Amino acid sequence: MSERARIAILDYGVGNLRSVEKALEHVGAAASITRDPEDVRASDGVILPGVGAFPRAMERIRDLGLDELIRERRDAGVPLLGICLGLQLLFDSTTELGGATGLGLLAGEVAELDAPNLKIPHIGWSPVRWEKESRLTEGIESETPFYLVHSFAPRPGADDLLGTAAYGARFACAVERDNVFGVQFHPEKSSAAGLRLLANFTGICVETPVAA
Amino acid sequence: MVLKRVIPCLDVDAGRVVKGTNFVGLRDAGDPVELAERYDAEGADELVFLDITASHEKRDTIVELARRTADNVFIPFTIGGGIRSVGDAQAVLDAGADKVSVNSAALDRPELLTELADQFGAQCVVIAIDAKKQIPTASSAPAPSRESDRDVPSLPRAEAVGSASAWDVYVNGGRKKVEGREAVAWAKEAVERGAGEVLLTSMDRDGTNDGYDVELTRAVADAVSVPVIASGGAGSLQHLSEAITAGGADAVLCASIFHYGTYRIRDAKQYLSDAGIPVRH
Repeated sequence: MSERARIAILDYGVGNLRSVEKALEHVGAAASITRDPEDVRASDGVILPGVGAFPRAMERIRDLGLDELIRERRDAGVPLLGICLGLQLLFDSTTELGGATGLGLLAGEVAELDAPNLKIPHIGWSPVRWEKESRLTEGIESETPFYLVHSFAPRPGADDLLGTAAYGARFACAVERDNVFGVQFHPEKSSAAGLRLLANFTGICVETPVAA
Repeated sequence: MVLKRVIPCLDVDAGRVVKGTNFVGLRDAGDPVELAERYDAEGADELVFLDITASHEKRDTIVELARRTADNVFIPFTIGGGIRSVGDAQAVLDAGADKVSVNSAALDRPELLTELADQFGAQCVVIAIDAKKQIPTASSAPAPSRESDRDVPSLPRAEAVGSASAWDVYVNGGRKKVEGREAVAWAKEAVERGAGEVLLTSMDRDGTNDGYDVELTRAVADAVSVPVIASGGAGSLQHLSEAITAGGADAVLCASIFHYGTYRIRDAKQYLSDAGIPVRH
Protein backbone atom coordinates (compact mmCIF):
# COMPACT_ATOMS: atom_id res chain seq x y z
CA MET A 1 0.00 0.00 0.00
CA SER A 2 1.50 3.30 -1.07
CA GLU A 3 -0.16 5.04 1.89
CA ARG A 4 1.98 3.18 4.40
CA ALA A 5 4.33 5.78 5.85
CA ARG A 6 8.03 5.04 5.72
CA ILE A 7 9.62 6.42 8.87
CA ALA A 8 13.35 6.59 9.49
CA ILE A 9 14.49 6.33 13.12
CA LEU A 10 17.89 7.97 13.16
CA ASP A 11 20.54 5.70 14.63
CA TYR A 12 23.47 7.60 16.02
CA GLY A 13 24.58 4.94 18.45
CA VAL A 14 22.90 5.91 21.69
CA GLY A 15 20.04 4.21 23.43
CA ASN A 16 17.46 1.62 22.71
CA LEU A 17 15.54 2.30 19.51
CA ARG A 18 13.70 -0.97 19.33
CA SER A 19 10.68 0.16 21.35
CA VAL A 20 10.15 3.16 19.05
CA GLU A 21 10.41 0.93 15.99
CA LYS A 22 7.89 -1.57 17.36
CA ALA A 23 5.42 1.13 18.38
CA LEU A 24 5.54 2.64 14.87
CA GLU A 25 5.01 -0.76 13.31
CA HIS A 26 2.11 -1.26 15.69
CA VAL A 27 0.37 1.82 14.25
CA GLY A 28 0.97 0.66 10.70
CA ALA A 29 4.12 2.51 9.67
CA ALA A 30 7.11 0.93 7.97
CA ALA A 31 9.86 1.88 10.38
CA SER A 32 13.56 1.46 9.91
CA ILE A 33 16.46 2.17 12.24
CA THR A 34 19.06 3.76 10.02
CA ARG A 35 21.78 6.35 9.52
CA ASP A 36 22.10 5.78 5.78
CA PRO A 37 21.40 9.08 3.96
CA GLU A 38 19.60 7.36 1.07
CA ASP A 39 17.29 5.48 3.45
CA VAL A 40 16.54 8.71 5.25
CA ARG A 41 15.89 10.59 1.99
CA ALA A 42 13.50 7.85 0.89
CA SER A 43 11.43 8.26 4.08
CA ASP A 44 8.17 10.16 4.57
CA GLY A 45 9.13 11.13 8.10
CA VAL A 46 12.13 11.18 10.39
CA ILE A 47 12.31 10.45 14.10
CA LEU A 48 15.20 11.70 16.18
CA PRO A 49 15.27 9.53 19.32
CA GLY A 50 17.72 9.63 22.17
CA VAL A 51 18.55 9.01 25.78
CA GLY A 52 21.60 10.11 27.73
CA ALA A 53 23.61 13.30 27.72
CA PHE A 54 23.07 16.11 25.20
CA PRO A 55 26.73 17.06 24.49
CA ARG A 56 27.82 13.53 23.63
CA ALA A 57 24.74 12.93 21.49
CA MET A 58 25.39 16.10 19.46
CA GLU A 59 29.01 15.07 19.01
CA ARG A 60 27.92 11.71 17.58
CA ILE A 61 25.36 13.37 15.30
CA ARG A 62 27.97 15.77 13.90
CA ASP A 63 30.59 13.05 13.52
CA LEU A 64 28.12 11.04 11.44
CA GLY A 65 27.06 14.08 9.38
CA LEU A 66 23.48 13.62 10.51
CA ASP A 67 23.10 17.28 11.48
CA GLU A 68 23.31 18.30 7.81
CA LEU A 69 20.99 15.48 6.79
CA ILE A 70 18.40 16.49 9.40
CA ARG A 71 18.49 20.12 8.19
CA GLU A 72 18.21 19.00 4.58
CA ARG A 73 15.11 16.92 5.34
CA ARG A 74 13.57 19.72 7.39
CA ASP A 75 14.10 22.12 4.48
CA ALA A 76 12.52 19.57 2.13
CA GLY A 77 9.38 19.70 4.27
CA VAL A 78 9.66 16.21 5.72
CA PRO A 79 7.94 15.88 9.11
CA LEU A 80 10.47 15.48 11.88
CA LEU A 81 9.73 14.25 15.41
CA GLY A 82 12.24 14.46 18.26
CA ILE A 83 11.61 12.19 21.24
CA CYS A 84 13.03 12.82 24.74
CA LEU A 85 16.68 13.83 24.25
CA GLY A 86 15.87 14.00 20.53
CA LEU A 87 13.47 16.87 21.28
CA GLN A 88 16.13 18.71 23.27
CA LEU A 89 18.63 18.37 20.43
CA LEU A 90 16.29 20.33 18.12
CA PHE A 91 16.97 23.49 20.16
CA ASP A 92 19.78 26.03 19.99
CA SER A 93 21.71 24.90 23.03
CA THR A 94 21.72 23.24 26.45
CA THR A 95 23.19 24.01 29.84
CA GLU A 96 23.84 20.30 30.47
CA LEU A 97 27.38 19.30 31.46
CA GLY A 98 28.85 22.74 30.93
CA GLY A 99 26.76 23.46 27.84
CA ALA A 100 26.64 22.46 24.19
CA THR A 101 25.18 23.67 20.89
CA GLY A 102 22.20 21.84 19.43
CA LEU A 103 20.71 21.54 15.95
CA GLY A 104 19.07 24.98 16.16
CA LEU A 105 15.88 23.99 14.35
CA LEU A 106 13.93 25.54 17.21
CA ALA A 107 14.83 28.73 19.05
CA GLY A 108 15.56 28.46 22.74
CA GLU A 109 17.71 26.83 25.36
CA VAL A 110 17.42 23.52 27.19
CA ALA A 111 17.86 23.80 30.95
CA GLU A 112 17.48 21.74 34.10
CA LEU A 113 13.96 21.30 35.46
CA ASP A 114 12.92 23.95 37.95
CA ALA A 115 11.84 21.48 40.65
CA PRO A 116 13.33 22.37 44.01
CA ASN A 117 12.95 19.65 46.66
CA LEU A 118 11.76 17.15 44.08
CA LYS A 119 13.57 14.04 42.90
CA ILE A 120 15.63 14.46 39.73
CA PRO A 121 15.35 12.84 37.23
CA HIS A 122 11.63 13.25 36.92
CA ILE A 123 10.38 9.73 36.18
CA GLY A 124 6.85 8.53 35.71
CA TRP A 125 3.43 9.37 34.34
CA SER A 126 2.46 13.03 34.32
CA PRO A 127 -0.65 14.67 32.85
CA VAL A 128 0.18 16.72 29.75
CA ARG A 129 -1.80 19.86 28.94
CA TRP A 130 -2.14 20.85 25.30
CA GLU A 131 -1.42 24.56 24.87
CA LYS A 132 -2.79 24.72 21.34
CA GLU A 133 -4.48 22.56 18.76
CA SER A 134 -2.33 20.32 16.63
CA ARG A 135 -2.69 17.51 14.15
CA LEU A 136 -0.12 15.65 16.30
CA THR A 137 -2.37 15.53 19.36
CA GLU A 138 -5.68 15.01 17.59
CA GLY A 139 -8.01 12.70 19.52
CA ILE A 140 -5.94 12.87 22.70
CA GLU A 141 -7.56 14.80 25.52
CA SER A 142 -5.67 17.53 27.31
CA GLU A 143 -4.28 16.34 30.69
CA THR A 144 -3.81 12.80 29.44
CA PRO A 145 -0.82 11.25 31.26
CA PHE A 146 2.35 10.38 29.35
CA TYR A 147 5.50 8.63 30.56
CA LEU A 148 8.58 10.78 31.14
CA VAL A 149 12.20 10.16 32.19
CA HIS A 150 14.27 13.36 32.15
CA SER A 151 16.22 15.97 34.10
CA PHE A 152 16.18 18.76 31.49
CA ALA A 153 13.49 20.48 29.44
CA PRO A 154 13.49 23.09 26.66
CA ARG A 155 12.42 26.72 26.93
CA PRO A 156 10.70 27.20 23.57
CA GLY A 157 9.28 30.38 22.12
CA ALA A 158 5.58 30.89 22.88
CA ASP A 159 4.59 30.21 19.25
CA ASP A 160 6.28 26.81 19.30
CA LEU A 161 4.81 25.58 22.59
CA LEU A 162 2.42 22.67 22.11
CA GLY A 163 2.22 20.96 25.52
CA THR A 164 3.26 21.40 29.13
CA ALA A 165 3.36 19.34 32.32
CA ALA A 166 4.04 20.22 35.93
CA TYR A 167 6.94 19.04 38.04
CA GLY A 168 7.70 21.82 40.42
CA ALA A 169 7.23 24.56 37.82
CA ARG A 170 5.44 23.84 34.55
CA PHE A 171 7.78 22.80 31.76
CA ALA A 172 7.48 22.42 28.00
CA CYS A 173 7.04 18.80 26.98
CA ALA A 174 5.73 19.14 23.44
CA VAL A 175 6.68 21.60 20.70
CA GLU A 176 5.72 22.23 17.09
CA ARG A 177 7.00 24.59 14.41
CA ASP A 178 5.95 23.95 10.81
CA ASN A 179 7.10 20.39 10.05
CA VAL A 180 9.26 20.09 13.19
CA PHE A 181 7.70 18.34 16.20
CA GLY A 182 9.15 17.27 19.53
CA VAL A 183 7.94 15.50 22.66
CA GLN A 184 9.81 15.20 25.94
CA PHE A 185 7.75 12.16 26.94
CA HIS A 186 8.07 8.67 25.49
CA PRO A 187 5.07 7.98 23.24
CA GLU A 188 6.40 4.45 22.69
CA LYS A 189 5.97 3.81 26.44
CA SER A 190 2.75 5.78 26.99
CA SER A 191 0.22 3.07 26.16
CA ALA A 192 -2.80 3.94 24.01
CA ALA A 193 -2.28 7.73 24.16
CA GLY A 194 1.33 7.38 22.99
CA LEU A 195 0.35 5.08 20.16
CA ARG A 196 -2.32 7.56 19.07
CA LEU A 197 0.28 10.33 18.94
CA LEU A 198 2.58 8.17 16.82
CA ALA A 199 -0.34 7.27 14.57
CA ASN A 200 -1.07 10.99 14.18
CA PHE A 201 2.57 11.65 13.29
CA THR A 202 2.45 8.81 10.78
CA GLY A 203 -0.67 10.38 9.29
CA ILE A 204 1.08 13.74 8.99
CA CYS A 205 3.96 12.02 7.19
CA VAL A 206 1.64 10.40 4.66
CA GLU A 207 -0.24 13.63 3.99
CA THR A 208 2.76 15.91 3.69
CA PRO A 209 4.05 16.50 0.17
CA VAL A 210 7.81 16.36 0.12
CA ALA A 211 10.01 18.51 -2.13
CA ALA A 212 12.14 16.45 -4.46
CA MET B 1 3.07 15.95 39.45
CA VAL B 2 3.95 12.29 39.19
CA LEU B 3 1.07 9.87 39.44
CA LYS B 4 1.17 6.91 41.83
CA ARG B 5 1.63 3.66 39.97
CA VAL B 6 -0.08 0.28 40.02
CA ILE B 7 2.24 -2.45 38.81
CA PRO B 8 1.25 -6.05 38.15
CA CYS B 9 4.08 -8.51 38.68
CA LEU B 10 4.43 -11.66 36.60
CA ASP B 11 6.54 -14.58 37.79
CA VAL B 12 7.90 -16.38 34.77
CA ASP B 13 9.47 -19.83 34.65
CA ALA B 14 11.01 -20.95 31.37
CA GLY B 15 8.89 -18.45 29.48
CA ARG B 16 5.58 -19.30 31.17
CA VAL B 17 3.60 -17.43 33.80
CA VAL B 18 3.82 -19.43 37.00
CA LYS B 19 0.67 -18.35 38.78
CA GLY B 20 -2.36 -16.42 37.82
CA THR B 21 -3.97 -18.29 35.02
CA ASN B 22 -7.55 -17.58 36.03
CA PHE B 23 -7.93 -14.86 33.45
CA VAL B 24 -10.92 -15.33 31.27
CA GLY B 25 -10.63 -14.94 27.55
CA LEU B 26 -6.91 -15.30 27.03
CA ARG B 27 -5.89 -17.52 24.17
CA ASP B 28 -2.94 -18.75 26.17
CA ALA B 29 -3.19 -17.94 29.86
CA GLY B 30 0.37 -19.04 30.50
CA ASP B 31 1.88 -16.63 27.99
CA PRO B 32 3.43 -13.71 29.89
CA VAL B 33 3.23 -11.42 26.87
CA GLU B 34 -0.48 -12.01 26.34
CA LEU B 35 -1.13 -11.35 30.02
CA ALA B 36 1.04 -8.22 29.80
CA GLU B 37 -0.95 -6.92 26.82
CA ARG B 38 -4.12 -7.46 28.80
CA TYR B 39 -2.74 -5.50 31.76
CA ASP B 40 -1.63 -2.66 29.47
CA ALA B 41 -5.12 -2.47 28.00
CA GLU B 42 -6.63 -2.41 31.51
CA GLY B 43 -4.51 0.52 32.62
CA ALA B 44 -1.40 -0.93 34.29
CA ASP B 45 1.22 1.80 34.65
CA GLU B 46 4.20 -0.51 34.39
CA LEU B 47 4.97 -4.20 34.49
CA VAL B 48 7.53 -6.23 36.38
CA PHE B 49 8.62 -9.64 35.17
CA LEU B 50 10.52 -11.80 37.63
CA ASP B 51 12.19 -14.71 35.92
CA ILE B 52 12.55 -17.68 38.22
CA THR B 53 13.94 -20.08 35.62
CA ALA B 54 16.56 -22.30 37.19
CA SER B 55 18.75 -22.99 34.23
CA HIS B 56 22.04 -21.97 32.73
CA GLU B 57 20.31 -20.48 29.70
CA LYS B 58 18.70 -17.82 31.86
CA ARG B 59 19.98 -14.88 29.88
CA ASP B 60 18.48 -16.20 26.66
CA THR B 61 15.06 -16.67 28.26
CA ILE B 62 14.91 -13.17 29.74
CA VAL B 63 16.16 -11.52 26.55
CA GLU B 64 13.53 -13.38 24.56
CA LEU B 65 10.89 -12.31 27.08
CA ALA B 66 11.99 -8.66 26.87
CA ARG B 67 11.99 -8.81 23.07
CA ARG B 68 8.52 -10.33 22.79
CA THR B 69 7.15 -7.92 25.38
CA ALA B 70 8.60 -4.87 23.62
CA ASP B 71 7.01 -6.07 20.37
CA ASN B 72 3.54 -5.95 21.86
CA VAL B 73 3.38 -3.88 25.04
CA PHE B 74 3.80 -0.11 25.11
CA ILE B 75 4.26 0.74 28.76
CA PRO B 76 7.51 0.65 30.75
CA PHE B 77 8.59 -2.74 32.00
CA THR B 78 11.25 -4.13 34.30
CA ILE B 79 12.96 -7.49 34.07
CA GLY B 80 14.43 -9.16 37.15
CA GLY B 81 15.91 -12.54 37.87
CA GLY B 82 19.15 -13.61 36.30
CA ILE B 83 20.72 -10.19 35.81
CA ARG B 84 24.23 -10.57 37.20
CA SER B 85 26.36 -8.29 35.04
CA VAL B 86 26.40 -5.18 32.86
CA GLY B 87 26.31 -7.52 29.87
CA ASP B 88 23.13 -9.23 31.09
CA ALA B 89 21.49 -5.83 31.65
CA GLN B 90 22.61 -4.52 28.25
CA ALA B 91 21.03 -7.50 26.53
CA VAL B 92 17.58 -7.05 28.09
CA LEU B 93 17.62 -3.24 27.76
CA ASP B 94 18.61 -3.52 24.09
CA ALA B 95 15.72 -5.93 23.63
CA GLY B 96 13.32 -3.22 24.82
CA ALA B 97 13.13 -3.43 28.63
CA ASP B 98 13.18 -0.09 30.47
CA LYS B 99 14.74 -1.21 33.74
CA VAL B 100 16.52 -4.16 35.25
CA SER B 101 15.97 -5.36 38.77
CA VAL B 102 18.79 -6.97 40.74
CA ASN B 103 18.61 -8.73 44.07
CA SER B 104 21.12 -11.41 45.13
CA ALA B 105 23.69 -10.34 42.53
CA ALA B 106 23.90 -6.93 44.21
CA LEU B 107 24.22 -8.53 47.65
CA ASP B 108 27.05 -10.72 46.36
CA ARG B 109 28.77 -7.77 44.71
CA PRO B 110 27.33 -4.34 45.60
CA GLU B 111 29.61 -2.62 43.04
CA LEU B 112 27.33 -4.06 40.36
CA LEU B 113 24.81 -1.31 41.17
CA THR B 114 27.37 1.40 40.42
CA GLU B 115 28.47 -0.30 37.23
CA LEU B 116 24.88 -0.51 36.02
CA ALA B 117 24.10 3.11 36.95
CA ASP B 118 27.27 4.38 35.26
CA GLN B 119 26.43 2.49 32.10
CA PHE B 120 22.67 3.00 31.82
CA GLY B 121 21.70 5.69 34.34
CA ALA B 122 20.18 5.16 37.77
CA GLN B 123 16.68 5.32 36.29
CA CYS B 124 17.30 1.89 34.72
CA VAL B 125 18.45 0.24 37.95
CA VAL B 126 16.02 -1.25 40.47
CA ILE B 127 17.25 -2.82 43.71
CA ALA B 128 14.92 -5.62 44.79
CA ILE B 129 14.99 -6.36 48.50
CA ASP B 130 13.22 -9.25 50.22
CA ALA B 131 12.85 -8.29 53.88
CA LYS B 132 11.64 -10.10 56.98
CA LYS B 133 11.13 -8.50 60.36
CA GLN B 134 13.72 -9.33 63.00
CA ILE B 135 12.30 -10.98 66.04
CA PRO B 136 14.27 -9.88 69.08
CA THR B 137 15.48 -12.86 71.06
CA ALA B 138 16.72 -13.08 74.64
CA SER B 139 20.32 -13.25 73.49
CA SER B 140 20.13 -10.46 70.95
CA ALA B 141 18.10 -8.06 73.04
CA PRO B 142 19.47 -8.39 76.54
CA ALA B 143 17.66 -6.78 79.41
CA PRO B 144 19.10 -3.32 79.81
CA SER B 145 21.69 -3.04 82.50
CA ARG B 146 21.41 -0.43 85.15
CA GLU B 147 24.21 1.54 83.51
CA SER B 148 22.57 1.71 80.08
CA ASP B 149 19.29 2.60 81.72
CA ARG B 150 20.84 5.56 83.30
CA ASP B 151 22.99 6.87 80.54
CA VAL B 152 23.49 5.71 76.93
CA PRO B 153 20.71 3.49 75.66
CA SER B 154 21.92 0.24 74.16
CA LEU B 155 21.78 0.23 70.38
CA PRO B 156 19.17 -1.84 68.67
CA ARG B 157 20.34 -4.68 66.49
CA ALA B 158 22.04 -4.06 63.17
CA GLU B 159 22.00 -0.54 61.76
CA ALA B 160 18.40 0.38 62.33
CA VAL B 161 19.30 3.16 64.70
CA GLY B 162 16.40 5.43 65.44
CA SER B 163 13.80 2.89 64.37
CA ALA B 164 11.94 0.58 66.66
CA SER B 165 12.12 -2.24 64.14
CA ALA B 166 14.69 -3.86 61.89
CA TRP B 167 14.36 -6.29 59.02
CA ASP B 168 16.63 -9.05 57.81
CA VAL B 169 17.44 -9.43 54.13
CA TYR B 170 16.61 -12.75 52.46
CA VAL B 171 17.50 -14.31 49.12
CA ASN B 172 16.40 -17.41 47.22
CA GLY B 173 12.73 -16.56 47.54
CA GLY B 174 12.93 -16.07 51.29
CA ARG B 175 14.71 -19.33 51.98
CA LYS B 176 18.13 -17.94 52.86
CA LYS B 177 18.94 -15.13 55.26
CA VAL B 178 21.81 -12.83 54.34
CA GLU B 179 24.05 -12.43 57.37
CA GLY B 180 25.11 -8.95 58.37
CA ARG B 181 22.51 -7.07 56.29
CA GLU B 182 19.60 -5.05 57.64
CA ALA B 183 17.02 -4.16 54.99
CA VAL B 184 16.62 -0.42 55.61
CA ALA B 185 20.38 0.08 55.78
CA TRP B 186 20.84 -2.02 52.65
CA ALA B 187 18.25 0.02 50.78
CA LYS B 188 20.14 3.19 51.68
CA GLU B 189 23.46 1.73 50.63
CA ALA B 190 22.04 0.38 47.37
CA VAL B 191 20.67 3.81 46.47
CA GLU B 192 23.98 5.48 47.33
CA ARG B 193 25.68 2.97 45.04
CA GLY B 194 23.40 3.79 42.12
CA ALA B 195 19.96 2.17 42.38
CA GLY B 196 17.23 4.51 41.13
CA GLU B 197 14.27 2.68 42.64
CA VAL B 198 13.60 0.16 45.44
CA LEU B 199 11.32 -2.84 44.93
CA LEU B 200 10.61 -3.77 48.53
CA THR B 201 8.97 -7.11 49.29
CA SER B 202 7.88 -8.16 52.75
CA MET B 203 8.56 -11.87 53.09
CA ASP B 204 6.32 -11.87 56.18
CA ARG B 205 3.36 -10.68 54.13
CA ASP B 206 4.07 -12.17 50.70
CA GLY B 207 1.28 -14.59 49.82
CA THR B 208 -0.82 -13.77 52.90
CA ASN B 209 -3.31 -11.23 51.48
CA ASP B 210 -2.99 -9.50 54.89
CA GLY B 211 -1.74 -6.21 53.45
CA TYR B 212 1.65 -4.72 52.80
CA ASP B 213 4.13 -4.26 55.68
CA VAL B 214 3.39 -0.57 56.07
CA GLU B 215 6.00 -0.08 58.80
CA LEU B 216 8.73 -1.55 56.60
CA THR B 217 7.59 0.48 53.60
CA ARG B 218 7.59 3.71 55.61
CA ALA B 219 11.02 2.99 57.11
CA VAL B 220 12.57 2.51 53.66
CA ALA B 221 10.65 5.37 52.01
CA ASP B 222 11.91 7.72 54.72
CA ALA B 223 15.47 6.43 54.39
CA VAL B 224 15.96 6.79 50.61
CA SER B 225 15.53 9.60 48.09
CA VAL B 226 14.26 7.41 45.24
CA PRO B 227 10.82 5.87 44.58
CA VAL B 228 9.81 2.82 46.61
CA ILE B 229 7.56 0.09 45.21
CA ALA B 230 5.68 -1.74 47.98
CA SER B 231 5.31 -5.46 47.42
CA GLY B 232 4.02 -8.51 49.24
CA GLY B 233 0.67 -9.02 50.89
CA ALA B 234 -1.90 -7.07 48.87
CA GLY B 235 -5.30 -8.66 49.43
CA SER B 236 -7.68 -5.74 49.15
CA LEU B 237 -7.80 -2.35 47.49
CA GLN B 238 -7.53 -0.66 50.86
CA HIS B 239 -4.12 -2.29 51.23
CA LEU B 240 -2.96 -0.44 48.12
CA SER B 241 -3.96 2.96 49.47
CA GLU B 242 -2.42 2.18 52.89
CA ALA B 243 0.95 1.42 51.32
CA ILE B 244 0.87 4.78 49.52
CA THR B 245 -0.54 7.02 52.25
CA ALA B 246 0.74 5.41 55.46
CA GLY B 247 3.72 3.65 53.91
CA GLY B 248 4.91 6.45 51.64
CA ALA B 249 5.18 4.14 48.63
CA ASP B 250 5.32 5.64 45.12
CA ALA B 251 3.96 2.48 43.56
CA VAL B 252 2.24 -0.74 44.58
CA LEU B 253 3.13 -4.11 43.13
CA CYS B 254 0.41 -6.75 42.96
CA ALA B 255 0.37 -10.29 41.77
CA SER B 256 -2.41 -12.58 42.95
CA ILE B 257 -5.24 -10.05 43.35
CA PHE B 258 -5.00 -9.24 39.65
CA HIS B 259 -3.93 -12.63 38.34
CA TYR B 260 -6.78 -14.42 40.05
CA GLY B 261 -9.22 -11.77 38.97
CA THR B 262 -10.18 -10.70 42.52
CA TYR B 263 -9.91 -7.14 41.26
CA ARG B 264 -9.29 -5.51 37.92
CA ILE B 265 -6.69 -2.81 37.55
CA ARG B 266 -9.47 -0.34 36.76
CA ASP B 267 -11.07 -1.13 40.15
CA ALA B 268 -7.77 -0.39 41.86
CA LYS B 269 -7.34 2.91 40.01
CA GLN B 270 -10.87 3.98 40.81
CA TYR B 271 -10.45 3.10 44.50
CA LEU B 272 -7.17 5.03 44.77
CA SER B 273 -8.62 7.99 42.92
CA ASP B 274 -11.64 8.05 45.23
CA ALA B 275 -9.20 7.98 48.17
CA GLY B 276 -7.65 11.20 46.85
CA ILE B 277 -4.51 9.57 45.43
CA PRO B 278 -3.53 10.86 41.96
CA VAL B 279 -3.44 7.99 39.47
CA ARG B 280 -3.60 7.54 35.72
CA HIS B 281 -6.99 6.50 34.37
